[in-house]
Amino acid sequence: MTKEACKQIVLDIIAEIAPDEDLSDVKSEIKLRDQLELDSMDFLDIVMELRKKHGIEVPEDDYPQLESLDSCANYLIPKFEAVNA
Amino acid sequence: MELKSNDHFDAVIIGCGMSGLAAAIRLAMFGRKVIILEKHNAPGGLNSFYSFDGRKFDVGLHAVTNFVRPGVKGKPLTKLFRQLRIDRDEFALCEQKCSKVAFPDVELNFSNDFELLVSEIEKAFPNQIDNFQKLVKAIHDFNEFDLEDKDRSAKKIISQYITDPLLVDMLLLPLMYYGSAKENDMEFGQFVIMFKSIYQEGFARPFEGVRTIIKTLIDKYRDLGGMRKMKCAVKKIITQNNNITALELENGDTITADHVISSIGLVETLQLCNDQKTKAEQSNIGKLSFVETITILDKQPKELGWNDTIIFFNDWQNFEYQKPKELVDPRSGVICMPNNYQYENNNELDEGVLRVTAMANYDQWTSLDEDHYAKQKKIWYDTLALKAMSFLKPINNDSTNDKDKLDNLKKQTVYVDMFTPRTITKFTSHLDGAIYGAPNKVKNGKTHLDNLYICGTDQGFLGIIGAMLSGISMANYHILQKN
Repeated sequence: MTKEACKQIVLDIIAEIAPDEDLSDVKSEIKLRDQLELDSMDFLDIVMELRKKHGIEVPEDDYPQLESLDSCANYLIPKFEAVNA
Repeated sequence: MELKSNDHFDAVIIGCGMSGLAAAIRLAMFGRKVIILEKHNAPGGLNSFYSFDGRKFDVGLHAVTNFVRPGVKGKPLTKLFRQLRIDRDEFALCEQKCSKVAFPDVELNFSNDFELLVSEIEKAFPNQIDNFQKLVKAIHDFNEFDLEDKDRSAKKIISQYITDPLLVDMLLLPLMYYGSAKENDMEFGQFVIMFKSIYQEGFARPFEGVRTIIKTLIDKYRDLGGMRKMKCAVKKIITQNNNITALELENGDTITADHVISSIGLVETLQLCNDQKTKAEQSNIGKLSFVETITILDKQPKELGWNDTIIFFNDWQNFEYQKPKELVDPRSGVICMPNNYQYENNNELDEGVLRVTAMANYDQWTSLDEDHYAKQKKIWYDTLALKAMSFLKPINNDSTNDKDKLDNLKKQTVYVDMFTPRTITKFTSHLDGAIYGAPNKVKNGKTHLDNLYICGTDQGFLGIIGAMLSGISMANYHILQKN
């Protein structure tokens, strides 16, 4: 899986859980919280959707790994590859 | 739906009010097998509705608090729509016109623009405006949704900023009437929730009233495949080693669940547990109950010059928020005219509605025999109607004595109804008719049992948006987040 594909999966989830956010110009290296109005409830939903749609488990201690699109990709790609293997 | 004995669920929600529905939606959204059990035949709990003589009535709702306009982010209302994945248009919220707090010799108007209240305070209390701004700053910096926050007296904290007790009382009256389960004070976190939701956010109402909101929640839950069983009371919560092992239902069935979230009240829930005494937590039963008169008018209130949405009144030298010694304490209360919202396309409700709420004594109302109950209802209806008239433009300018004033109102009246603490207990099952539940809340929702949690009124997020956020938070915190 490419980094871009993984970031797109995360963006698609954000578009679903926060339809009132403008996602046209989200910067990969900047914390999601600093460019979008997302709170801990929204991050929980990102985690829940990753599990529901892709069978990926993110334990509570790892939530900080989801802070930016870049860190999401780094953290999630091995998990996607493990699930798809 | 068919419920079979020995059915097992990921989660059972007790109570089909706002908070229970919201919790259930969250769990169903993520594939949990969940069922709502509701004692009554109608959903809504404290905010239900009924029809009588072809007229539709709301039970509790004067206003949906926490209103913010489209595009405003990070507020309870917007969090709610996201978490439940509901489009805000489905709630069809229409904003209030203008409300006020009326005390002897001084009034404060407020609307959904906070600046109006600020300017009103500046006019009426010029030497308090700086103090008020400091209080607003403290409120802004406070995290009222911290689930582990401890109890503090709101009165004490407000008085550190505002030194005029009259202004303290005026600010507190609407907040207490719309949610406080404590006598003569509030917990500071609850004060902050109410301050933001009433003064800084605001009032709104769907044209069809609370039905619109309940229907939206029920439809959402059904679309997610959630189950719901009405007229199905829980008779006993069976426990072992600090866990629920089964729920015994009134109809004789027994079901099991990994988790149970109860929205029926803390004391009410504990008293169902077989490891608790029947009088468990008796001291945490709320003391505050209310009467409400409903007057249906043959014209719109604005035709009588009554343009306020809600009037919070007090005509005593100080404001006492406590269980009255008599059947009703008419010295303070709330007047609500649901016609006075800015409905779309200038739509108007079919008839004029005037609702008047005041504090009432549960013990006294429930000790009356049928004859006296009916008589007392009539007496107090008249007393409260007269009281309301003293805060409204006179119907006929030449009416001076009470009898004329009442007669003038009755000439415009086509129907009246009234609920009392007795009615409240009948329909909500809250002990002692305490609408706002237990004075001591459980913010984190935890109980003595590892898999039983409290949501709704007794968890303590107030108002109907608060109630839904309470259900959401408890489902998230105790079940979804824990995998």
